[in-house]
Amino acid sequence: MADTLVKTIAGITTEKTEELIAETLKDMPEKAAKKRAAHLVANEPQSAKCAIKSNKKVVPGVMSQRGCAYAGAKGVVWGPIRDMVHVSHGPVGCGVYSWGTRRNLMQGIPGVTSFPLDFTSDFQERDIVYGGDKKLETLLREADELFPLNKGLSVLSECPVGLIGDDINAVTKKMEAELGKFVVPCNCEGFRGVSQSLGHHISNDSIRDHVIGKREFSEPAGPYDVALIGDYNIGGDVWAAKPILEEIGLNVKSVWTGDGEIEKIAATGQVKLNLIHCYRSMNYMCKVMEEKWGIPWLEYNFFGPTKIEESLRAIAERFDDTIRQKVEEVIARYRPQMDRVLNEYRPRLEGKTAMLFVGGLRPRHTVGAYEDLGIEITGSGYEFAHQDDYDRTAPELARGTLIYDDVSEFELEKFVEKLKPDLVGSGIKEKYVFQKAGIPFRQMHSWDYSGPYHGYEGFKIFARDIDMAINSPTWSLVKAPF
Amino acid sequence: MADKKLRQIAIYGKGGIGKSTTTQNTVAGLAAMDKKVLIIGCDPKADSTRLILHAKAQETVMDKVRELGTVEDLELEDVLKVGYGGVKCVESGGPEPGVGCAGRGVITAINFCEEEGAYTEDLDFVFYDVLGDVVCGGFAMPIRENKAEEIYIVVSGEMMAMYAANNICKGIVKYASSGNVRLAGLICNSRNTDREADLIEALAERLGTQMIHFVPRDNQVQRAELRRMTVIEYSPEHQQAQEYRELARKIAENKKLVVPTPLEIEELEELLMEFGIMEADDETVVGVAENA
Repeated sequence: MADTLVKTIAGITTEKTEELIAETLKDMPEKAAKKRAAHLVANEPQSAKCAIKSNKKVVPGVMSQRGCAYAGAKGVVWGPIRDMVHVSHGPVGCGVYSWGTRRNLMQGIPGVTSFPLDFTSDFQERDIVYGGDKKLETLLREADELFPLNKGLSVLSECPVGLIGDDINAVTKKMEAELGKFVVPCNCEGFRGVSQSLGHHISNDSIRDHVIGKREFSEPAGPYDVALIGDYNIGGDVWAAKPILEEIGLNVKSVWTGDGEIEKIAATGQVKLNLIHCYRSMNYMCKVMEEKWGIPWLEYNFFGPTKIEESLRAIAERFDDTIRQKVEEVIARYRPQMDRVLNEYRPRLEGKTAMLFVGGLRPRHTVGAYEDLGIEITGSGYEFAHQDDYDRTAPELARGTLIYDDVSEFELEKFVEKLKPDLVGSGIKEKYVFQKAGIPFRQMHSWDYSGPYHGYEGFKIFARDIDMAINSPTWSLVKAPF
Repeated sequence: MADKKLRQIAIYGKGGIGKSTTTQNTVAGLAAMDKKVLIIGCDPKADSTRLILHAKAQETVMDKVRELGTVEDLELEDVLKVGYGGVKCVESGGPEPGVGCAGRGVITAINFCEEEGAYTEDLDFVFYDVLGDVVCGGFAMPIRENKAEEIYIVVSGEMMAMYAANNICKGIVKYASSGNVRLAGLICNSRNTDREADLIEALAERLGTQMIHFVPRDNQVQRAELRRMTVIEYSPEHQQAQEYRELARKIAENKKLVVPTPLEIEELEELLMEFGIMEADDETVVGVAENA
């Protein structure tokens, strides 16, 4: 890659970023500082391997934003499947606090064609002492009796189930035979792994062992059959992304897992190509399907017109001239709409800066959408990404940009204080810290009660929301009382 | 090699009965028959592999997890050691008595071995040497589906050892109903009690199984243990080594796998009384003080 293609941002250099990292770490205890140092780097876009440490246990004593394996399984992978009953197996809290909080929208009639309800085995002392297998069996039978139109049940084990060693796999196997539908065990006890990322992996393994290949699509296979993997329909993202793929002539046979249907997920082994948006949470199953049935997979990015166009053309390359032609038509059709959006918002956002800290995909995938609006990303990082995510991140960011892994509240506050971005995009736990500091903020896990942000429709809303946050007069009216 | 099926075997029995000694000597016997074996010690005391490795204490999976912080950072070669006869050894390890959760340690260790590919295709046998008391679901992990399908119970002619064996059979019945685990036999590790072989034969018959071998008591076992060796390695010509080789051969050839028929407590006590190990209760003296 020629040096001219490497992005740069005025005022940001590797030296200055390394200084900022050193200055931030000097206030931390020696041992913690040493551990954290490996997780903070200045970006080098041309290195094939990002020199950052990731996917490690949180340093004790710092405030982390991470979730647990159960959160990754229930909140991300299983929860969005609309036609299943999802059972949180254990005490009541995990089920309740993971109930509808991620805004993975679903169509259907609740309790009839969709099941966005909270099912839990509500463990008591008795269940811990005597084991909960029998209770789980009864629960599954009763839930199926009450909601007979469900297409399957998932059992997501909470911490105590893993401690007392209940064999949920034996129960689900028995109940699957009895009920004649999917009953899937997922051993996603929260204490497993260093973050929610292991919950995604465990869930992928459950799909591999208990779901994939067990159904077939009713209609005959076609040359344009694809699956949409790793879109969880946050704020309706799938409903903005899927129509574009259909417009370019593809036949989207199943969606993993936003507004998803379990029997279609099970039949995905029959598609021609897997299109994956959230690589971090679903790459495992793409690789399984590739090994098992030779189905290729392709990463794509539907945030902002530049990346959408790039992705559509990359998708077209996997098909014939019919699709290639349609892709160009679609791009031409939407460009005037996108130009209108850019003409309206870009003048107000040009030259602004933003810092991001989200889960495992967006800190790199949304960069293009900000840049379309004229916003530069001066810092980015992930809660639970792995090395391969950071390797994909480095080329997206400017040289010297601050990259932080599993950043602590202390570090992030310090970084924001020094880099003074015009916007921080992160999670609910950071939102009020920065808003109280008078800094515009968008909650980028659940799109801050807005969305969708995927696709052409999503970009219109994204642009409006970002403009609303950055250019709101509110912040000039806020005065500190001290 | 194509049709070679890995046999997974779990050894249960009352605490202190000699499970680890019996397991390691038997495994040494199998190794002498050129069988490839993996032992997974499922006991926080971590003494299931010392005779094979000549080690005081093998570094356990949970030791390394404690050191590294998470099981994901652990590599198989950190915890898998190879000892006498090419026998592979893993110890789950776990907390000191009175703290933490030893059962979870067993689950974590077995999951780790599976995910990291410890169950290689060249193996003939995996042996799980399990803590005496199956106090929680974690200690039943070795007999869950796709794990051990054969259980041997080590027992002696002592009353409590037979109680324990009967209780373990109750547990096997529960797991046999949902999976493929079966009782493969009782191993009598002799304590030189009266009519011991006959008694264990009789117990085995009532349980619907067999006494696969009677291992006589011999101090040669202790002499070998002092050197952290199995008898088979320490004194291969000794009669006791021959006993263990015989047990190994019988296990290798054993096809008798049953769902056990555990005894009601009265039935067990009758059997014990029949062999003079227990006397009948005299209800007239219960609760009556000496001077009443």
